[in-house]
Amino acid sequence: MFTRDPLIESDISAYLEQRAEKDLVRFLTCGSVDDGKSTLIGRLLYDTQLIADDHIAALAEDSGIGTDTTQLDLALVTDGLQAEREQGITIDVAYRHFATQNRNFIIADTPGHEQYTRNMATGASTADLAVILVDARKGILQQTRRHSYIAALLGVEHLVLAVNKMDLVEYSEERFSEIVADYSDYSKTLDVRSVEFIPISALEGDNVVKSSSAMPWFEGPTLIDYLDAVEIEVSYRLDEFRLPIQLVLRAPSAFRGYAGTITSGQIRPGERVTALPSGVSSSIDRIVGYREDLQVASAGESVAITLVDEIDMSRGDLLVREGENVHFDYSIEAMIIWMAEAALTPGQQMRLQSRLGTANVSVDTIRHRVDVDTTQMVPAAQIELNEVARCAISSDRKLLFEPYATSRSEGSFVLIDRITNATLAAGMISVPISPWDRSPDETLEVQTSTITAKERQLRYGQRPCTVLLTGLTGAGKSTIATALERYLFDRGNSIVRLDGENVRLGISKDLGFTSEDRSENLRRVAEVARLMNSQGLIAIAALLAPEADSRSRAQQLVGDAQWIEVFLDTPISVCRDRDTSGLYEAAERGEIHDFPGVSATYEAPKDADLRLDTSNMTVDQSVLEIISLLTEKGFIDG
Amino acid sequence: MKVGSDTLQNSSLTDHRRRYLESLESEAIYVFREVVSQFRRPVMLYSIGKDSSVLLHLARKAFHPGRVPFPLLHIDTTWKFKEMISFRDRICAELDIELIVHTNAKGVEAQINPFDHGSHTYTDIMKTQALKAALTEGTYDAAFGGARRDEERSRAKERIFSFRDSNHRWDPKNQRPELWNLYNGRISAGENIRVFPISNWTELDVWHYIHLENIEIVPLYLAASRPVVSRGQNLIMIDDDRFPMATGEQPLMRSVRFRTLGCYPLTGAVESEASTVLEVIQETLLARSSERQGRVIDHDQTGSMEEKKREGYF
Repeated sequence: MFTRDPLIESDISAYLEQRAEKDLVRFLTCGSVDDGKSTLIGRLLYDTQLIADDHIAALAEDSGIGTDTTQLDLALVTDGLQAEREQGITIDVAYRHFATQNRNFIIADTPGHEQYTRNMATGASTADLAVILVDARKGILQQTRRHSYIAALLGVEHLVLAVNKMDLVEYSEERFSEIVADYSDYSKTLDVRSVEFIPISALEGDNVVKSSSAMPWFEGPTLIDYLDAVEIEVSYRLDEFRLPIQLVLRAPSAFRGYAGTITSGQIRPGERVTALPSGVSSSIDRIVGYREDLQVASAGESVAITLVDEIDMSRGDLLVREGENVHFDYSIEAMIIWMAEAALTPGQQMRLQSRLGTANVSVDTIRHRVDVDTTQMVPAAQIELNEVARCAISSDRKLLFEPYATSRSEGSFVLIDRITNATLAAGMISVPISPWDRSPDETLEVQTSTITAKERQLRYGQRPCTVLLTGLTGAGKSTIATALERYLFDRGNSIVRLDGENVRLGISKDLGFTSEDRSENLRRVAEVARLMNSQGLIAIAALLAPEADSRSRAQQLVGDAQWIEVFLDTPISVCRDRDTSGLYEAAERGEIHDFPGVSATYEAPKDADLRLDTSNMTVDQSVLEIISLLTEKGFIDG
Repeated sequence: MKVGSDTLQNSSLTDHRRRYLESLESEAIYVFREVVSQFRRPVMLYSIGKDSSVLLHLARKAFHPGRVPFPLLHIDTTWKFKEMISFRDRICAELDIELIVHTNAKGVEAQINPFDHGSHTYTDIMKTQALKAALTEGTYDAAFGGARRDEERSRAKERIFSFRDSNHRWDPKNQRPELWNLYNGRISAGENIRVFPISNWTELDVWHYIHLENIEIVPLYLAASRPVVSRGQNLIMIDDDRFPMATGEQPLMRSVRFRTLGCYPLTGAVESEASTVLEVIQETLLARSSERQGRVIDHDQTGSMEEKKREGYF
């Protein structure tokens, strides 16, 4: 039972020391209207003696019961707004505090009515745990499932089903078991770490703070014992340091500090870090403390750090441990909860705000709506208030992000109306779909040609194929591609040459040289080659293409039968000697990042159709080797 | 392992629990920094009370080693305790903080006072109207306040970024959803945001933090022998000769302290022997009466705080 801590009277300093060391746990209470949420919170506060005497007096007045406090309407503790008192329902999220011996709790009491689902999502966004109330007489309702789904969607890891009003079903074990079985069927579909069931009566106080003598059959913990003991993890990613830059602090004597709240991991002075998206690395110089500098800082702490080198970082940039990376893209896939009266339609322009900056975005496609009652995906042309949907969103600038499942901080955003500034939606970023896997819009159809492949073959005197020339910088890809093009042209073939560098001057000018961007460049070349092949042309692609996985994806795209991979296996020393523009030296000095062969890996093809070491053969010899392979495979006549 | 022992930040390698007060402090610092990043002209409402002292301390931490990048605004009703005013001027001078003091000059001219005009009219003119005028004149787009969700029932639902229209009105039924810690601070011209960095703190948290961080507060919070008279259920301290005494009435010397500080004729003292912060905390924990009870204005009518807030009161 809850009695006042004797330390308060005997040693207040010791009491406060203990108090400062307590955990903080945030939980939300939700459930259908009239399930007794407000009464439960009133009960928690009353039984843990947190309602002050004058509040009890005000409550007695509101309850219309004079001073007879045994009949207090405990729900009135939390239903603070006048409109709520008049209508007898909870509209908005109300935050309350209470404490046990080990923990301090902040409760978000969220509304039950379906029209206020957005408020429930608000409470869930910062909660570790959700207490979902069910009326024992009514059992699992649509709203129970809806709230459970939204809590899980927002990353609440522990669900407690508090089966309330047990006093009204004669404390029946059988009824409780029915509800447990019913809910377990549903909760299996949710991505949560634990689900707990507790039979209670908030009105009578059974199994809330005091264990119930009316339900001797129940062997589990009381609600308060459960809350006091459940294991709450702060961060699973101790090694993955993340500091979103919130503000650059300047002070006299050229002080330049980067301020923000660490969202994951831990950092110490001297450790190497990289600023994203720039990719520039430095070391932590100081973690500036108020009275003295800190030797370590971890997730949850608001800090200001300085770096050894002067690098340019601003609000919305992300500092990570050197070697780590996050996604950086124009497009994101996300689950959104729509919170505005007017429906969301595809093409709608909005403003996105996240920890990693703001951007103008457009919801391009509604992939599907989620029926939260059944968790089924259903097609939808638009999204109404309180509905949940998966959408494809594109931005006018590249966005840094991580999936919400990995990071609540780097994976969440809100959408804001560009005119009224109202908050329209909450978004949770999904694990991104690689562009290789993205499916085109379902409404698109193939426009077929009347010219057959056979007709093209007769006209051009060849069978189409794609020749990929891959190898390090300086291996001779462009030179051989150009010579091969000349040779084929002169003998009457119809070809198209796709040089990696030329492609980057046009259709890929938005891409850089990261692994992701190189993969995307190859995908675009492969798509173009496929189009050319379908028109009867032979495509020659000269690209570095350093990753085996991307090459294999390109091969699948073009088609195995039409794909010829030529590996220019030239020793790196020869490549370096041929490099007249000093790229290798610049890469070694760290001026060029992600340079295959120096600062990035080149995964040599293991089963290329042809391997040519251009260090001991002429360009003509190389071309002839390729020609004989093409002849042998029957793409061109001998 | 304790690191940076003079601050609240004492994380160790293996211990990743969220220590309670550290979490609250970190959240408040985040909010301060967010406002300074998002707004053009923030200001901090400074009431000189203990919550203001905590707020100021947090602001200094948030921007350390830089200066606090916004001014403090004090709405002076001319009825504040004398000790409050001298504390205010000394602290701002010592800490090199820009202070703006605003008084409703027309109200002073009309001799508006809490005795002749009642607490409702007086508060409206000298506090609410004065605050609105000062915010409008200063073209501030964000104003920090020290309100907490545990103080009063309507405050439990207030956002951390609380939107106000161009008449400084709060619409409790139409608040912006506030998810995660993504605060939408976008406003149109003339509109503004009230910001409450210590929303999630309780009265005990404030006292606990004052104790841990050794924050200076107005001595009126600590018990001392002071001249008081009884008015209804409240003990009112006689701070100057403007207080109307009954014929022949003499103030009594009592050991009292204040749980909350406002205008002296409207602020009830409690009898107490707690003359240190620790003793105050101990006494508070042993008592069971909530903090705003000493304030006469909250009890005008049920839900009166919500109404005042809708009208623009902090």
